[in-house]
Amino acid sequence: MELTVLDQATNSEEASSCASGSCGSSNDQMNQLSDEIRQKVENHPCYSEEAHHYFARMHVAVAPACNIQCHYCNRKYDCSNESRPGVVSELLTPDEAVMKTKAVAANIPQMTVLGIAGPGDPLANPERTFDTFRMLSEQAPDIKLCVSTNGLALPDSVEELAKHNIDHVTITINCVDPEIGAKIYPWIYWNNKRIRGKKAAKILIDQQQKGLEMLVERGILVKVNSVMIPGVNDEHLKEVSRIVKQKGAFLHNVMPLIAEAEHGTFFGVMGQRGPEPEELQDLQDECAGDMNMMRHCRQCRADAVGLLGEDRGEEFTLDKIAAMDIDYDAAMKARKLVHDGIMEELDEKRAKRDRLAAVSLPEPKDEIGSHYRPVLMAVATSGGGLINQHFGHATEFLVYEASPSGVRFIGHRKVDQYCIGNDTCGEKESALSGSIRSLQGCEAVLCSKIGYEPWSLLEEAGVVPNGEHAMEPIEEAVLAVYKEMIAAGKLDDSLDARQEFSA
Amino acid sequence: MALEIVDSCVNCWACYDVCPSNAIYSSSPHFKINPRKCTECEGDYHHPQCASICPIEEAILDAGGAPLNPLGSLTGIPPEKMEEAMREIQAR
Repeated sequence: MELTVLDQATNSEEASSCASGSCGSSNDQMNQLSDEIRQKVENHPCYSEEAHHYFARMHVAVAPACNIQCHYCNRKYDCSNESRPGVVSELLTPDEAVMKTKAVAANIPQMTVLGIAGPGDPLANPERTFDTFRMLSEQAPDIKLCVSTNGLALPDSVEELAKHNIDHVTITINCVDPEIGAKIYPWIYWNNKRIRGKKAAKILIDQQQKGLEMLVERGILVKVNSVMIPGVNDEHLKEVSRIVKQKGAFLHNVMPLIAEAEHGTFFGVMGQRGPEPEELQDLQDECAGDMNMMRHCRQCRADAVGLLGEDRGEEFTLDKIAAMDIDYDAAMKARKLVHDGIMEELDEKRAKRDRLAAVSLPEPKDEIGSHYRPVLMAVATSGGGLINQHFGHATEFLVYEASPSGVRFIGHRKVDQYCIGNDTCGEKESALSGSIRSLQGCEAVLCSKIGYEPWSLLEEAGVVPNGEHAMEPIEEAVLAVYKEMIAAGKLDDSLDARQEFSA
Repeated sequence: MALEIVDSCVNCWACYDVCPSNAIYSSSPHFKINPRKCTECEGDYHHPQCASICPIEEAILDAGGAPLNPLGSLTGIPPEKMEEAMREIQAR
């Protein structure tokens, strides 16, 4: 019986994403921002944790060329089965990109943001990138445009970016020390020459910092992405976080290195490891002292389409969009209605939060003794902020930490996609063990339903399956389960430890 | 006198944009250089531009068939030091 459930997990429509109502019990992420910035990001799924449950984004792959080499990137980008930055299925010309953007905007009205993120560096492809932006700002003025860059060509592009009304830029900054940079970037192409080693890293770092300053001066919002590479820049990223915040970046996104050998990257082939989830979380927590942190990034492909964590690119291949007849003026009107509806819902939620904060009701944390240890729990959701996904349908789990001080979103865990257990690839059993492996460190998993077989395997693995809170809001359910654990004496270990300690 | 792109090319377009002679064209299964147009950048640049930005070792050959970016030249690790580098990286 469970096999049927797993079969359904291969149905990509069904098995989508995190689209839950609140990967942000860390609403403080937004609270620290000025009203002006908040307005700019409130419907941007990559910049606002709250928005990413409601609004979708897309990337168009018009920028294949790159002017640097990163050791975590393989320039052979043409792969349909991998989900990571720098990978695409088909390159588009600027005209094709505009056609695709309008088709997606008409069919997925909650798509608010169009980004150019590769598969190379957008600013190393200035003609293709800026042609696309120019046409879109003329033909689809209701779409926000953003770009993501390694920063090498950024100072020379700021003028042009401002001209196209691009008010969001992401710079990938992995270091501010050339010594460390030389271990990440073997070379850059600069002033018609290939430059290597520390000298190359220094030029890149200088350009990134200069570009960051220039963007901030013009009031363009900057997010900084950093790849956490254990033993290379992990400690150093705390300093990076401090510096970029000081220079005016408004959000820092520390992402784990992806270094599977089969991706063919230098780091992958050489056996450089990526960080464990706990290492990533610790670093994000340490950087958070200085900076707004982003924890909901899914490290998407350079041609991703849809809500973060889902990819509907298959629905919008060139042959499929060629057959669509899009009336963009009509689409724009329909889109506005959808956007207004979502904003209204978000406003209501915000107002409710403010009301609750104003009336100082006894907070749930007051009911929980401060000596209980925190617990990680995984949640299966397909949107709306609810526990509403079958365990077997989940392609990712959201991880929350419950502690005496409340519930907070920690991050997401992808279920191993390399063997999803369909008919052509491997055994169904391995998909299940992939799900269970991805839950390492979590003590419970909350989902709408779960089959008998995974139930017992999860229990064996020390993860308590819980289907009792189906259709409940995530954070309330997580808190309820935490209290149930306390009531059942499951967290008495922390109590004992403390009593022994104080005795 | 012309350069040549061979099989290991990954079609990343980087060379196409930087060629001063417009000698590079998109083709299947990979980009190619028109030998009648290629000047090896003589008179324009000190180094051939395609080979200065190409991310793939041994993908571009000189007129004599030798790779302009030999093995190890882009990773910065010569083949004989590969194992040592690997050990060091795996210890991280």
